[in-house]
Amino acid sequence: MQVTSRKFKENAHEAMQDENLRAALGRVKEGFTAKRAEAAADLPEFEDLRDQARDIKDHVLENLDYYLEYFEKKVIEAGGVVHWCSNAKEAKETILKICRDVDAKTVTKGKSMITEEIGLNKFLESEGIEPIETDLGEYIIQLADEPPSHIIGPAVHKTKEQVTELFHEHHQQYGYTEREEDAEKLVGEARAVLRHKYVVADVGITGANFLVAETGSTAIVTNEGNGDLTQSLPKTHIAVASIEKVIPTLEDVSTVMRVLARSATGQEMSVYTTFSTGPKRSDDIDGPENFHVVLLDGGRSEMIGTELQELLRCIRCGACMNHCPVYHAVGGHSYGWVYPGPIGAALNPQMVGIEEARHLPNASSFCGRCEEVCPVRIPIPKILRHWREKAFEQQISPKPERWGIELWGFFAKRPWAYRLMTKVAVRVLGLMGGKNGKIKSLPMNNGWTAVRDLPAPQGATFMEQWKKQEGR
Amino acid sequence: MSKPLENVEVALFVTCLVDINRPSVGFAAVKLLEQSGCKVVVPNAQTCCGQPAYNSGDKQSTKDIAKNVIRAFKSFRYVVAPSGSCAGMIKKHYPELFADDPEMLLEAQDLAARTHELVSFLNDIADFEPDDVKLDKKVTYHDSCSSLREMKVKDQPRELLGEVDDLELIEAEDREACCGFGGTFCIKYSEISEEMVDQKIANLLATKADIVTAGDLGCLMNIAGRLSRKGHKMKVLHVAEILAGMGDKPGIAEGRD
Repeated sequence: MQVTSRKFKENAHEAMQDENLRAALGRVKEGFTAKRAEAAADLPEFEDLRDQARDIKDHVLENLDYYLEYFEKKVIEAGGVVHWCSNAKEAKETILKICRDVDAKTVTKGKSMITEEIGLNKFLESEGIEPIETDLGEYIIQLADEPPSHIIGPAVHKTKEQVTELFHEHHQQYGYTEREEDAEKLVGEARAVLRHKYVVADVGITGANFLVAETGSTAIVTNEGNGDLTQSLPKTHIAVASIEKVIPTLEDVSTVMRVLARSATGQEMSVYTTFSTGPKRSDDIDGPENFHVVLLDGGRSEMIGTELQELLRCIRCGACMNHCPVYHAVGGHSYGWVYPGPIGAALNPQMVGIEEARHLPNASSFCGRCEEVCPVRIPIPKILRHWREKAFEQQISPKPERWGIELWGFFAKRPWAYRLMTKVAVRVLGLMGGKNGKIKSLPMNNGWTAVRDLPAPQGATFMEQWKKQEGR
Repeated sequence: MSKPLENVEVALFVTCLVDINRPSVGFAAVKLLEQSGCKVVVPNAQTCCGQPAYNSGDKQSTKDIAKNVIRAFKSFRYVVAPSGSCAGMIKKHYPELFADDPEMLLEAQDLAARTHELVSFLNDIADFEPDDVKLDKKVTYHDSCSSLREMKVKDQPRELLGEVDDLELIEAEDREACCGFGGTFCIKYSEISEEMVDQKIANLLATKADIVTAGDLGCLMNIAGRLSRKGHKMKVLHVAEILAGMGDKPGIAEGRD
């Protein structure tokens, strides 16, 4: 997708004017946060499980080469193929070649953030292959020709009324001529339209929540069952996953799964958990004839051993964005690239460059709620600060901002100068505040007074007054 | 019964916002510490904890400022700040800042171990109880992010406010959500900050409380500034002011006596 992170402020401004979006975001805030809190409270060992999940992922990242090679060996033993791709281009070409080999016309897709990351749909379309999203949210945004705005609820920014209009526009060709307004019936309509697509698709592409080294299996968790139909009905199944998704054993998968759905939607478990191990065997009733795993590095191996390594623990639950007051205000599209919210703000500067994504790590009040709820305890604020330091070092942050900080720093380092400066400042601000004790507008700094009054200082500084009183 | 900190020297880290904008919070802190029996010292060499520079990515300036703070507070058994944010900076972030400088790291860790947020210090260490303080008002407490998440201050202010005579504590919806201050964030991204503070004040106003209080002046100035701009009459006070019996003085952004 086209990166628009540079325009974060403009994107956010537009988003905050959008009444539909505000209504939709209100539901994210209330629904997801309350459910996650209940789910965590209901499980006494939840905090211990978070530690275990973190430790499992850390162990994998310390031994990533070993587990990836072990995983490949097991996939081959099961009759599948692993394709190692270092970047998006290689991954797309690999997928295209597999599709061409079976002369594919249409491809069904389960929900996959990696295929969003590499821009697979547009690429397949340009090569004459029709991709069909089967996750309801992904299907909705595909009709709307928009990127996802949330990693687990891609269409969370859409209201029911907008979905009614989209379906009315796109489903008339299938005989649905009435505007459907009931949510359950809308789901039924999408289900009926998609049912036929599963059967005729030549290739099914899914993501993977886990790659299990022990068995060579890929695993997905869904709530709709669409992933199962996507991967079992077509003759070829391609699972696309980034390298950090590998996990040692099935036992480890079960540990991480206990925090995944609870953190994401507050469910104890997603409705469907599906493991795929190789293609259909001779005594299987169904399943694909070909099984491929496309492994994407996409800049991740460069993060190993750096301050960013901890980001690779992410299990893409979305809890950070569900609890982020900035995300609640601006929605996912404002971030301007595939990954929104706090995890996107921490990850995107690595993926698209700090110059492009400078705003994202800066647009945070450092409230720390993302870290508080992250199931694998990623210190997101610390990583946002890392990016701010990089931007400062490389002089990417705007000059007035840097000068302001340097000026403040000059005084803060010199107590005598600081006393003098504050003594003057409180008198000037005090005069500006007048009798009401508040300042309505400041010439130099209208970021504060654009939206709030500035309380004027009470009088002399504390330090001045204290000095006078000493020896009381 | 003697108090646990009778005659123990406690250094007050005033914080830059209190020093400049609301000295009464500093004097309230002094009063509360003295009521606990402490001998309060205010080191003259203190300025700011360095957070504006730290959060703007200026690591070198932050280190210089932090060294000054470490030096200024070297010899005190306890260092107390009327702010979870500044106390959190010293306690959590100074050691991170000097992670690659073993000598300074030891000093930073030493200061971190001695540093406390005021309300938790009063409640957990000083065995403080409000002394004949009365305030016949409905009060709601806003959990500032740093107090709550970095300093684990949650029950202490509620316990102490609960001991103020006639004071009725009312909890607001989403009290743990950020008010939108975030230091320079509220200036650089004022539109997003506005959205956040509006959400906050809507929840505060819904409590119908007379007073909103918190332990961090940054949040309080943000909330008070927005309440004032929108013409709402809710009074805004630092929790130390209420506990020190200054609850009837003019609130933040309310003008002078």
